[in-house]
Amino acid sequence: MFDMLLSGICQGFIWAVLSLGVYISYRMLDFADLSCEGAITTGASIAAMLIWRGCNPYLASLLAFIGGCIAGSITGLLHTKLKIPPILAGILTMISLYSINIHIMNIATGKQGTSNLSLLNYKEKTIYATLDQIFHFGKTNASLLLGLIIVAALIAVLYWFFGTEIGSAIRATGTNEKMCRAQGINTDVTKIIGLAASNGLIALSGALLCQYQSYTDVGMGVGSIVIGLASIIIGETLFARAKNFAVKLTGIVVGAVVYRMVVAFVIYSGMPSTDLKLMTAVVVAVALSLPIIKNKLVLSAKKKNTKKEG
Amino acid sequence: MAETNEMLTLNQICKTFNPGTINEKIALNHLTLHIEKGDFITVIGGNGAGKSTLMNAITGVFQIDSGSIILDGEDITSLSEYKRAKFFGRVFQDPMTGTAPNMEIEENLALAYRRTKSHGLRWRISEKERILYKEALARLDLGLENRMHAMVGLLSGGQRQALTLLMATLERPKMLLLDEHTAALDPKTADKVLHLTDEIVREDQLTTLMVTHNMKNAIEYGNRLIMMHEGNVILDIRGEEKKKLTVEKLLAQFTHASGSEFANDRTLLS
Repeated sequence: MFDMLLSGICQGFIWAVLSLGVYISYRMLDFADLSCEGAITTGASIAAMLIWRGCNPYLASLLAFIGGCIAGSITGLLHTKLKIPPILAGILTMISLYSINIHIMNIATGKQGTSNLSLLNYKEKTIYATLDQIFHFGKTNASLLLGLIIVAALIAVLYWFFGTEIGSAIRATGTNEKMCRAQGINTDVTKIIGLAASNGLIALSGALLCQYQSYTDVGMGVGSIVIGLASIIIGETLFARAKNFAVKLTGIVVGAVVYRMVVAFVIYSGMPSTDLKLMTAVVVAVALSLPIIKNKLVLSAKKKNTKKEG
Repeated sequence: MAETNEMLTLNQICKTFNPGTINEKIALNHLTLHIEKGDFITVIGGNGAGKSTLMNAITGVFQIDSGSIILDGEDITSLSEYKRAKFFGRVFQDPMTGTAPNMEIEENLALAYRRTKSHGLRWRISEKERILYKEALARLDLGLENRMHAMVGLLSGGQRQALTLLMATLERPKMLLLDEHTAALDPKTADKVLHLTDEIVREDQLTTLMVTHNMKNAIEYGNRLIMMHEGNVILDIRGEEKKKLTVEKLLAQFTHASGSEFANDRTLLS
């Protein structure tokens, strides 16, 4: 049980990276970006393929991040330059990435139609293993430490970036586009940068995930955006009073960890893991509709009261 | 090019929405207008006369079909909206449009302060700017200088319009464009924002174009009044003649110039 919770925390840190990425597109740009589902697999495929080919795992993870940035820019270009609606632009990128991801994995095996890659033969070549080889404190501890370092560094970088002039312009684009153009901000550029950063983080999370579980599969991204949203919603609920941006981001990380721990517990208590996606979707749907349900309840309570008085 | 006193020249500009469809609407019809430096022009006109379309054409919200727009000697006809932003300070009818609600007052001002500059990786606001913003906010006399960290979404419509006005003029624009910026406010607040507008325009000697639905205001403010009808300017009154204007005279002139009754539901009510 304890092991399961620990592994839940390790995975929580990995999914937190994805959740931070989804936070940028969904909350800051107000852009429901489905390219997430392809980008996570792209990150995993790039990292796995490069590690197969003997690349340093840190460099492989960095290149996975850049691969995600490119994917995000394409969604951005489809939306801003070709005026394709956000959801459709994301779907187009997501579906193209499916083919591209298989091509990336083909490079590793040299065969056509590789739909998954195992890193079992390269277990000692992942970033988690290399950290353990330096400090010798066990794979779980290494995973926890590395996860914590990455997440802390990302919070610091995001806090800085969204505090700069360009970061401020990106945030403004998500809240009022017309005002931005009136203030001389090229909203096409700010959207593309935001989507690139978002998908870069999502791909990085894919790279970490494939090294953690020593496996990548072309279908691993299905439902990932919902997991990201679930983490964001849990985090925002737990940190509802947070004003400081760094604290808000920390909330997202905590949300991702809590989500993974709940998942670990649910599986431990016997639910088939194939039902997880359904459970996650229901949780997100309920959480997103809470404000409306609340309003309805308040209204019906008022009606009852007026009837009584009448 | 010779030194001229002209700030903005609109040459025969045309704009038709939904051309070739049943909803075709000629919004600007070979409109020509010369605006001199320091002019404070009020613009009135009936429903669908093309007042807002004129504003949007000048600021580049859309590209015009034909004609040219010359600003201070520079042809800006094909410049995109965000590039033209460095020349124009704008305030919109809807108080929600001019500001970013999820950002702090000082963050909004910092964005406006960079209207004419490129956005880089420098920190979004400096201590020196904060002092400048505090002074500028104090000028509004709304107590906002003590609420620099408040989210703009928490402000009232009047406060937001005053802030937008400040943002539009923080970095001196070549022209100030006001598109019925007091129409959504209650009469008392509208008056206050109008006085503030007049004060800022006078002090900074800004060339200004102000669309209004209120004939009294159009007569009271500015040195020149134009009336639009069916996508063109049908009346252009300035100087001494404008000072002697009354609402009755204006309505009579409109009927004479356009051959129809003045129709603007909001104007008739106000």
